[in-house]
Amino acid sequence: MSETRSEQVLRVDAYPTHEVGGYRVRAGKPFPFGANVVPGGVSFSVFSDQATSMTLVIFKRGEPEPMAELEFPEEFRTGSVFAMTVFGLDHENIEYGYRADGPFDPATGHRFDARQVLSDPYARLIAGRDVWGVEPDRSRGYQYRSRVCLQDFDWGDDTPLGIPAEDLVVYETHVRGFTRHPNSQVSAPGTFAGLREKIPYLKELGVNCIELLPVFEFDESDNPRSNPETGEHLFDYWGYNTVSFFAPKAGYAATGRYGMQGDEFRTLIKDLHAAGIEVILDVVFNHTAEGNEQGPTISFKGLDNATYYMLTPEGYYFNFSGTGNTVNCNHPVVRNYVLDCLRHWVADYHIDGFRFDLAAILGRALDGTPLPNPPLLELLAYDPVLRHTKLIAEAWDAGGLYEVGNFPAYGRWAEWNGKYRDTVRSFLKGDPGVTGELATRIAGSPDLYSTRGTAASVNFLTAHDGFTLADLVSYNDKHNEANGENNNDGANDNNSWNCGAEGPTDDPGINALRTRQMKNALAILFTSQGIPMLLAGDEVARTQQGNNNTYCQDNELSWFDWDQVDENAELLRFTREMIAFRKRHRELRSTAHPTGRVRDNLGLPDISWHGERAWQPDWSSESRLLAVARCGTGDDDVVYVAMNAHWESHDLELPALPGGRSWHLFADTGAEAPHDIRSPGAEQELDNAGKYLIGPRSVVILVGRTNDHDDFDTP
Amino acid sequence: MTLNVKERRNKTGTVLVATGEINSETSGSLLQALLPLVREGKPLKIDLTAVTYVSSAGLRTLLVVYREAQHAGVAVTLYGVSEEVRFVMSATGFLDFFETGEAVAAAAKAKAKAAR
Repeated sequence: MSETRSEQVLRVDAYPTHEVGGYRVRAGKPFPFGANVVPGGVSFSVFSDQATSMTLVIFKRGEPEPMAELEFPEEFRTGSVFAMTVFGLDHENIEYGYRADGPFDPATGHRFDARQVLSDPYARLIAGRDVWGVEPDRSRGYQYRSRVCLQDFDWGDDTPLGIPAEDLVVYETHVRGFTRHPNSQVSAPGTFAGLREKIPYLKELGVNCIELLPVFEFDESDNPRSNPETGEHLFDYWGYNTVSFFAPKAGYAATGRYGMQGDEFRTLIKDLHAAGIEVILDVVFNHTAEGNEQGPTISFKGLDNATYYMLTPEGYYFNFSGTGNTVNCNHPVVRNYVLDCLRHWVADYHIDGFRFDLAAILGRALDGTPLPNPPLLELLAYDPVLRHTKLIAEAWDAGGLYEVGNFPAYGRWAEWNGKYRDTVRSFLKGDPGVTGELATRIAGSPDLYSTRGTAASVNFLTAHDGFTLADLVSYNDKHNEANGENNNDGANDNNSWNCGAEGPTDDPGINALRTRQMKNALAILFTSQGIPMLLAGDEVARTQQGNNNTYCQDNELSWFDWDQVDENAELLRFTREMIAFRKRHRELRSTAHPTGRVRDNLGLPDISWHGERAWQPDWSSESRLLAVARCGTGDDDVVYVAMNAHWESHDLELPALPGGRSWHLFADTGAEAPHDIRSPGAEQELDNAGKYLIGPRSVVILVGRTNDHDDFDTP
Repeated sequence: MTLNVKERRNKTGTVLVATGEINSETSGSLLQALLPLVREGKPLKIDLTAVTYVSSAGLRTLLVVYREAQHAGVAVTLYGVSEEVRFVMSATGFLDFFETGEAVAAAAKAKAKAAR
């Protein structure tokens, strides 16, 4: 048996039929697109609707000038697809691209220019930005070089984890920023390999899903700005400017210089899965790095501008993304491209889900108007390969389309719930008139997702875009001067409060209040129904010094400072216990919105609202105190969360409990550590069963249970 | 850059000593040298002390040998993996598949210590 395994099977299509430019070739297969290793050669396939001719340009790896230019014979074109197999290529040591010839007539949308060598939109590896931050040689005509690779990673028995959406605890992070800090103590800081070494930290924290800021190849050096104070060049650190949608970013890999970024990223994913952690990618299909009329020509612009971009009747770029161009997502060709791309990441990288940047654009028609039934969103929702992946929309765009609660979901799509963020932030800082909406938000936003369930709501208080949690309680205003835009960039409506001083302070009272406010935020987040998302570093009070838009800050403003793990051990412990608490209480993760009705034999409603007096919530505009009790859905416990955003303490009357249960204290953010929180299951029974004094600006969490409690629910 | 391979047989198995680079150009000949040895069914050691570079294709070739050996029930051990090659193999996950000489030696030492 093993005698035959290594034998080449002879195939008819392993023989050339033509010769072009001194190379033996034959007609390739139109599908799949891209460059694929086939017996004896490499098959290249590229689409262009309006090109009059297409040329494959092959470089010896790293050489400035091509080693071959092979024009596709007319008979190698099928429909609008050019496909050719070239024999005798050493696939590991070549780079390739295309020259597409055709009309240059921007008024009709066409920008063909055969002088340009274009990246393959389906390139699975890109060379040219192999090591992060290395200044590129801009004299080269072809910057982002497509490479051929085998797709033969050995996954062993790795399979998608399939964690139910409602059980997720999402951790949003940046591949580079997570371990780039010199104190990260990993062997390859700022890389996939470095992140892999931090898996034990993530596991101990308790998150079971990481959401990575863009990892598709982008050019970190394409930001022209400098820091006005230091003169340092600013990078495009976040990477929301995709150069190549099928290629992992080489500069995020310790092995990018060897072209092994794909293997390194897959190894990270495989090990995350082994640790019980899913991987969601933040993907950017709303625009590309090619920008508007002034932007570079990299790929789509030169291959088929009129297909890939939304254009005005005059041929200019629509700009619903705020970054110059807008991808023509609902064009039939482009939606297949998006589908192919996501299938690639699921099938070939075992990705568990996607968060779509400015996803409202994905619902726009070819002319930019919102579609009632966007075919792309429907296609992704029902696709067989994507069938069990998580699809999360950032349900707004820079063109003013705001669809939170209205995003076309097809039973599949979840959303970043911006209203959750705004409401809880507003409540935390003590705004009047928020208590009613707070109740709606923490119950899974039934006003927005009544037919979709609570897991449609990704609840978050902070994300990469905006203040960190520590800065949310330390700054009233953004401080983005280092971005070089006179503090005009970044959001102004932050609902933040500095607790009495702007920025760092030695005032122990203010610092204690800030710590309490962070704990309050975490306590509310992890006891709300919906999927909680934590921004990396918030668990250790990571600060960006008040900068709420660090897209260009590749430095300690953005990096995770691992010294803070020890310095802020109190907050880290609080976060870990809150996550553990959520995992043990199914009623917090129920997919159904609570009804207020009694649903099991405990005799208590699944949700009930309370104020200073049990069963008497105060919904008045001056109320800053709300308590919620949850029970049912299979647990015998009752969870009571009292949230006091008032600057005064209040005596709480606790609701009476059925069946020999008594109130046990899990967390009180007003208490000094280590009494601020306990381990789930080790809650302390209250001495005075009927009352509890909640301190100013504090959250108290109680569990109503019997004393022989040992029946935990841990997903 | 070429790759030279020499095999050395002893009572406990076969050692294949490779010298040079293992890349897409040279990995074919390495595979041709290794597969017959795997099929002999004796423990196989691959000495990479004099290997200066292993490319993506080279690592894949070693993994094919590993999979063949696994299929045949043969133990394959890598020896003399340089620091750079070890780093690349570690970052890309290939190292997880192989027994390496150093690890085997350390395990033997630990076992001996435990026995005392």
